[in-house]
Amino acid sequence: MAISDGGRSLSGTVGHSAPPLRQQSVAFRLAVSLFVVLSLATGATIFAAYSYGRTAADEAFDEVLAGAAGMIMERVFVVDGETVADVPTSAFDLLSLGGRERVFYRIVLPGGQTLTGYDDLTLPPDREGQSGPFGYSTSLAGVPLRAMIVTKPLAERSVTGNVNVIVAHTRNSRNILAREITTRAVAVIAAAGLAIFVLAIFVLRYAMRPLERVEAAILTRRSSDLSPFAMDAPREVSALVGAINHFMGRLDRRVNSMQAFVADAAHQLRTPITALLAQTDLALNERDTERLKVLHRRIRSRAIGLNRLTNQLLSHALVTHRADSETLTELDLRRVAIEAEREFRLTTERETPAVMLDLEEEPVLVTGDSFSLKEAVKNLLNNAVSHGKPPLRLHAGHTGNGLPDIRVFDCGDGMSAEYEDTIGRRFQRDASKTESAGLGLAIVKEVADFHGASLYTQRQDGMFSIGFRFPKPDGKTA
Amino acid sequence: MNRACRMLAAIIAVTVATTAQAQETVFRAKGNGSGSLVIASVTDLVAIRPLLDGFLERFPDLEVTYRQMQSLELYRAAKDACGSGEPFADIVISSAIAEQVKLVNDGCAAQLTVALPSTHPQWAQWQNSLVGMTFEPAVIVYDREAFPSGDVPQNRFDLVDLLRQTERFEGKVGTYDIERSGVGYMFAFQDEYQASTWGRLLEGLGRNRVKLFPSSSDIIDRVADGRLAIGYNVLGSYAMARQEADPRIGIVFPEDYTIVLSRAAFIPENALNAVAANALIEFSVSPEGQKLLAGSARLFSPGAGPGLLSAYLRERGIAFNAEALRPIAFSPRLLASLDRVKLRIFLEQWNKSVNPDAQ
Repeated sequence: MAISDGGRSLSGTVGHSAPPLRQQSVAFRLAVSLFVVLSLATGATIFAAYSYGRTAADEAFDEVLAGAAGMIMERVFVVDGETVADVPTSAFDLLSLGGRERVFYRIVLPGGQTLTGYDDLTLPPDREGQSGPFGYSTSLAGVPLRAMIVTKPLAERSVTGNVNVIVAHTRNSRNILAREITTRAVAVIAAAGLAIFVLAIFVLRYAMRPLERVEAAILTRRSSDLSPFAMDAPREVSALVGAINHFMGRLDRRVNSMQAFVADAAHQLRTPITALLAQTDLALNERDTERLKVLHRRIRSRAIGLNRLTNQLLSHALVTHRADSETLTELDLRRVAIEAEREFRLTTERETPAVMLDLEEEPVLVTGDSFSLKEAVKNLLNNAVSHGKPPLRLHAGHTGNGLPDIRVFDCGDGMSAEYEDTIGRRFQRDASKTESAGLGLAIVKEVADFHGASLYTQRQDGMFSIGFRFPKPDGKTA
Repeated sequence: MNRACRMLAAIIAVTVATTAQAQETVFRAKGNGSGSLVIASVTDLVAIRPLLDGFLERFPDLEVTYRQMQSLELYRAAKDACGSGEPFADIVISSAIAEQVKLVNDGCAAQLTVALPSTHPQWAQWQNSLVGMTFEPAVIVYDREAFPSGDVPQNRFDLVDLLRQTERFEGKVGTYDIERSGVGYMFAFQDEYQASTWGRLLEGLGRNRVKLFPSSSDIIDRVADGRLAIGYNVLGSYAMARQEADPRIGIVFPEDYTIVLSRAAFIPENALNAVAANALIEFSVSPEGQKLLAGSARLFSPGAGPGLLSAYLRERGIAFNAEALRPIAFSPRLLASLDRVKLRIFLEQWNKSVNPDAQ
C-alpha cells in the first residue's frame, strides 16, 4: 500500500516535468512526418508549376516570334537575280513585345552566308527535319535568348535553295510570365498545403482522444485499484487497454501472492520461535541433567529447523525477485551442478553424505539464470539428505529424447504419491518431518517455472530421482 | 593664394584636338578633383555648356572631360569599346538614336541606378539604360528675304507644291546629307515612315538640285546669309538659338507633323565612373536640369519640353501645333533603319532622287 502510494506521487511528479527527448508524443511524430511529407509534395508541385510556367510562357511568346519571323520573310525578294530583304519596322515592334525585349535577327541565304542582321546568331543545332517555324533557346554574347527560325524555299533562275530567317529576343517577358504563373500556383499550393496541415492537426487531435481518455482514466484511478479498465475504445487503442489490463492483472496477482507469502512466512516463523522459547523456558527450570540434555537436543533441532526455514525464505524471496528482474544467459548445466555441489558441501555438517557428480562429456547448454538454478539444485540436495537415503548422485546431461536435464538421485523411496501432486505449494510439508520448512520444493518449482522447465520425478532400479527437464535449447522461450 | 590658383584653374577649360574628328575639352575640378567623368557626345559644347555648368556647380569635385565627335565616329568608338571591353567613356550622348538603341540592344549599356521621374515619358527611355535628354523638333528654316510675299510653306504639302511649281528654288534648298549624318538619315527615315508625301518631296528636292550638308549649323549658316532659301529637316534647337541672334532666319514647325528627336544617353557597361554618369543623367531630367536645357541652347527636355516649347514659341509669335509633334520613340523598331540591306535600298532610292543627273 505504502509502496503504491509512493509510486503514485512519484508518477505524478514525473508526469509534470519535461519528458525525455526520445519519448516524443505520437501526435508530435505524426505532425512532423506530415509536415515533411507535405513540404516534399508542395516542393515537387512548385517545381512542376515552375516548369509548366516556363513552357506556357515559351508557347505564348513563340507565337509572337513566329509572327515576326514571318513578317520579315514576306519581305525577302529576288530582284535582278539578287536576294534582297526590306525588313519591316513593325516586325521589330512585334519582336520586342512593345519594347520590353532586346531583339536580334539574321537572314541566311541558301549558300549559308548572312544577308543581313547579326552574324553570330546561331542556327538551331537540329531541326529534326521540320520545315515549319522552329523555336529554340540560344544565347548571344552570354545573354540567353529564345530564337525562332522560318524557312522559305527560293526557286528563281539565279537563286535556288532555302532562305532562313532567324529572329530572337531576350527572355524578360517570358521570365516575368513564368514567374507570375509560378507565383500564383505557389500561392495556391502553399495555402492548400497549410490548410491540409492545419486540418490534419485537428484530425490528429480527434484521433488521439481515446488515448487521452486512457491517460485520464489511469491518472484518476485510486492507487490501490488494480481492477481492469472497462471502457469503449477503438480497435488500435483497445489493444493497449488490453495490455494495460493484462499487466495490472499480473501486478494484482503478484501483490496478492506477496501479501499471502508475508502472512504465511510470519505465521511459519512465529510458531517455531514460540516453540523454541517454550523449550528454553523448560530448560531454564530443569535440574535433571538427563532431561536437560534431551531438551538441549530439542532446542538444537528446532534452531536448525528455524535456520533452514529462514534460509529458505530468503532464498525464495531472492529467487522470486530474480525471476522478475534477471535476464537469462546461455550456461552449462554441468557447471551449475559442480558449483551447487561445492556450495552444498561447504554449508552442511560434516556427517552429511558425499554427493557423486554424474556429468556428461559434452556441455549441457540451456538458457537460464545460474544463481537460481544453483539454489534449486542445493534445495534438491538438501531434500535428498533430509528425506532420502545415501548414496546421492547429481546428474547433469540429456534425457533419452535429447532434452537437457539436471537431477538428484537417492536410494530412498521418494515422496508419497499425494504429496507429489502438491509439489511446489509453499509450506506444504510432510507432517512427519518437523525440521522441514516446506519451502524447498516451492523454490525448485518456481525456478523450474521461470525457466520454462518441468519438474519431474522418477523411480527406477530402486532409486528415486527428482530434477528439471528443460525444453529444447533452440526453442528459446524465456 | 592657393585658393586663387585653384579658382583660376577651374575657369580654364583646356581644349585639345585629339584627332581630326574628336575634340576634347577638360573642365578642371573646382574642388579636390577626387573623381573624373568622361562624356562622349556629338552635341556642340556650346549647346550643352549650360547643363554641364549646372552639373559642375552641383559636383565641384569632378573633373569632366567632354569629347565631341561625329555621330558615326562616336558609334564606332562605342561599339569597339563594347566589343573589346576597354573603357571608352562614362556616358555616351548622341543624336543618332538608332545607333544608340542598337548599342543598348547589343548589350553595351549598363542599367541605370537612378530612378527616372514619373514625368519622364516612356518613349524617351528604353531598357532602363537609354534616356532621352533633349526635345528637338525637326523644322524648316527659311530666308525671310526669299519670301517677300509671305508664301512660306507651313507643311510638307505646301513645300512639295512650291518645289514643283517654280524654278525659284533651283539650288537654293538644303538638307542633311543622310549618307554622312546619322540625324539626317533618322529624319529621312521617319519621314518615309510617317507619310506618303516623302516620295513627292524627294522628287521635288531632286528637281531643285538640293544641296546636302553634314550638319544643321551648315544649313542654317547658308540660310542666314541668303545662299539658301529653304533648309529642310533642320534641328529646331540650333535654329531657335540662332534665330534669337539673327532675325533673318524664319522657322516653320511643319503643321502636318513635326518629328521630334531626343538626344539619347546611356552608360557603357565598362564605364569607369558609372556613379557620376548616373548623377549626370539624374541631373539632366531634374527640374533644374530641364530648365537649363530649355535655356539658351533651346534643347528642351522630353519631360517638360512640349510645355516649355509652346510657351517659348507663343512668346515669339511662331505658329506651332503641339498636336503635330511626333517624337521618335526609343524602340527596337529603329534597328530596322540600320539594317544594312534596308539602308542600301534607302540610300539608292535617295541618291536616285536627289541626284537625277547622276543616272
